[in-house]
Amino acid sequence: MPYGSTTMPDQPPRASTVEFEHVTKVYATTARGTPGAVNDLSLHVPAGKICVLVGPSGCGKTTSLKMVNRLIEPTSGRILLDGVDAATRNVTELRRGIGYVIQQVGLFPHQTIGENVTTVPRLLGWPKARRRERAEELLQLVGLEPATYRDRYPSQLSGGERQRVGVARALAADPPVMLMDEPFGAVDPIVRERLQNEFLRLQEELAKTILFVTHDIDEAIKMGDLVAVMQGGGKLAQFGAPAEILANPASEFVARFVGADRGLKRLSLSRVADLELQSVVTARPGDDSAAARERTLADPFRYLLLVDAENRPIGWVDQDDFPTSGVLTEELASPMSPLLNRRATLKDALSQLLDADVQAGIVVDRAGGVLGLVTVEMVAERMRETTGESRFIDELLDPDDGLQRAGATA
Amino acid sequence: MIRWDWIVDHLDDIAFRTGQHLWLAAIAVVVGFVVSFGLALVIRRLPRLYSPITGVSGVLYTIPSIALFTALVPITGLSILTAEVPLVLYTLLIYVRNIVAGFQSVPAEVLEAADGMGFTPGRRLLEIEIPLAIPLMVSAIRIASVSTIGLVMILALLGDNLAALGFFIRDGISTFFPTKVYVGAVLSVALAFAADAMFVAIERAITPWTRARAARAVA
Amino acid sequence: MDAILGGFIWILDASNWEGRDGIATRLMEHVGFSATAVLAALAIALPVGLWIGHTGRLAFLAVNLANLGRAIPSYAVMAMIFPISLSYARDFGLGVIPTFLAMAVLAIPPVIVNAYTGIREVDRDMVEAGRGVGMREREILTRLELPIALPVIVGGIRTATVQVIATATLGAFFGTGGLGRYLADGIARRDFDRVWAGVILVAALAVTTELVLAYVQRRLTSPGLAKAERPIAGASAT
Repeated sequence: MPYGSTTMPDQPPRASTVEFEHVTKVYATTARGTPGAVNDLSLHVPAGKICVLVGPSGCGKTTSLKMVNRLIEPTSGRILLDGVDAATRNVTELRRGIGYVIQQVGLFPHQTIGENVTTVPRLLGWPKARRRERAEELLQLVGLEPATYRDRYPSQLSGGERQRVGVARALAADPPVMLMDEPFGAVDPIVRERLQNEFLRLQEELAKTILFVTHDIDEAIKMGDLVAVMQGGGKLAQFGAPAEILANPASEFVARFVGADRGLKRLSLSRVADLELQSVVTARPGDDSAAARERTLADPFRYLLLVDAENRPIGWVDQDDFPTSGVLTEELASPMSPLLNRRATLKDALSQLLDADVQAGIVVDRAGGVLGLVTVEMVAERMRETTGESRFIDELLDPDDGLQRAGATA
Repeated sequence: MIRWDWIVDHLDDIAFRTGQHLWLAAIAVVVGFVVSFGLALVIRRLPRLYSPITGVSGVLYTIPSIALFTALVPITGLSILTAEVPLVLYTLLIYVRNIVAGFQSVPAEVLEAADGMGFTPGRRLLEIEIPLAIPLMVSAIRIASVSTIGLVMILALLGDNLAALGFFIRDGISTFFPTKVYVGAVLSVALAFAADAMFVAIERAITPWTRARAARAVA
Repeated sequence: MDAILGGFIWILDASNWEGRDGIATRLMEHVGFSATAVLAALAIALPVGLWIGHTGRLAFLAVNLANLGRAIPSYAVMAMIFPISLSYARDFGLGVIPTFLAMAVLAIPPVIVNAYTGIREVDRDMVEAGRGVGMREREILTRLELPIALPVIVGGIRTATVQVIATATLGAFFGTGGLGRYLADGIARRDFDRVWAGVILVAALAVTTELVLAYVQRRLTSPGLAKAERPIAGASAT
């Protein structure tokens, strides 16, 4: 039974496993003695996971991808989908059961968005009514209002919109495998980030097996459940979870490719929510000043955080600035540190702290209420826990570097 | 100077010759297109043939049409073949170049996406490549039509039965009757312009996607 | 098929090269006539085209000329000029004036259009830089724009020349000389050897001219530029 022909969206999505078995690709024009485009690639992608192929240009990642749907045929080795050798299947059927998204999208200019999106269903012979329904669903799925977009032409859409249509089109027949070749490469960074986040959310629902090619290591770490680092000559340099690759690069090449800042990169794998927040002394305008000062002196942190009735932060009060008698007022408070939310990555959090030139950032919940503090040392401590790498941390805490500055009022 | 009364008296002659003119041109335009489309498909399969084919049609295009027409007279007499064979040959260069350009205008990523999605080569040609090549193909038909309408004029120099609108010019010159000359000349130019305008309209009508250039939303 | 062979034989016959109707004479008439027309057209069209291209004014003229040149058949042009010149042309032979005028008229559009486009395609920023450095307008034209635009301009001259050669051939049917006479006379007398001789000679002349000019055009393209030739004023075959 050909893939993708009978799925209905409310059935649990199916995903295949993908396996490369000693796959090699050599071109006839390759000079003798030079390595081929892909060299003895072997890896296994479990069902429902995103595997990112990453590496410098010419490393064979795109070639490997294209061998899965046989746009390029391997010279030797096998590629198995759910245990079945792709080479033994009818190539047209095979391709209609694999979603394919490329960087320039390749939408058909002479067809409407609705028609574009239901291309594979049309090839599979779905009836018109069902195709219309599916077009609506798909556009909703990728965040495009169907009534607005269905009858437009690709030339009327922006780059980001077209990319979404490309993804929708690939999902149309609910394929168990998706191939994506630098799908977000042609849009600007802001749009790219949004598309990445939305795609990850989509994947949480759909759980497809995805092979994703990129040259951007940051994208690989963000998107991948598994990362395959490839190097020139089409060889696999390392294959594993992003945390593993960052923590233990298998070779000089991988370490270099990942970047000297891989410590920082690891920070993007953890979130503020993973940390135990530092508590902070708070008080409201109108509270007794002397009592507040007592509490502040008892706490190692020299500042008190003034908050409003809903526990939202107003500003910092230095322990020396408390009036000896009377109540606290808003005027005593100094400008505030950055506000962080729990979903932010540690990398973003650290970045904001450094930008604001402060030692501590205030973590707030969705309503804006104070939850606690995050300090630069907490982040560094976290780093040390996960890797034992001390040089990075020492640099971070270097007194001469001035990172240990007092808060904004210093 | 213009004898309007003559024109009024001879409207059916004029109509006949105009019809003949269109008919002769149309045959060449259609046959030329069919032949060239076939050649273009061959070139699509074997790109190496592009240079030789356009080279030969280019050379043919250079040869003055009167020479090609008269060359066929000893062989095919004053028949319709004598008229149509050169006319078709002259359209080849225009057609082949533009039809091939039409196929080449399909963006590479569209073809790649189509292949990756599971189009068979036949369906890809029919559903993707040909529709996208249509603008250039219609443009080619337009140029070929205008060119052929001009060339049909020259047939008048061979004889009267296939003369079409050229008849009025030749006859007008040999009988020193300027009105006829003007009728022939003006009508042939008018036909050329009309054909041009018609194909421009056709092109616009069948390519709605090129007209859809509404303001783009921001991502 | 015998006519084709007969044509070749006719050409190879030495006696056919002499005399008023000989190949030598007719060839020179044809070439001379065409060359004169082309030069006359160039004298008008080149300065106009270069000026329009360099200053950018009256550009609509250049654009529309392209369309006009394509749509109006040469025969029609000749025919329309004919009655006007009937009164003046008696001493030159009936056909010379209208044919000559038609040739010039048909040669002008491709030259203007190509001169205009050729100059226009020169990088405007470079021209600005030239002005900034203090070059005068004429120097910019001759030193910067012309060398780059030359291949395209020659392309226009090539199109025009082929047009003119074809029109000159037609002219023979109206009483001028040139190689077309063999075609006209041959048809009239049903002398098919003569017809084919004419066909071969005309074709040879046209193709040779085209190839020579194409070669010149290629040689004039400076190595730094890879410009494909353009059938810009795709003149109707004549």
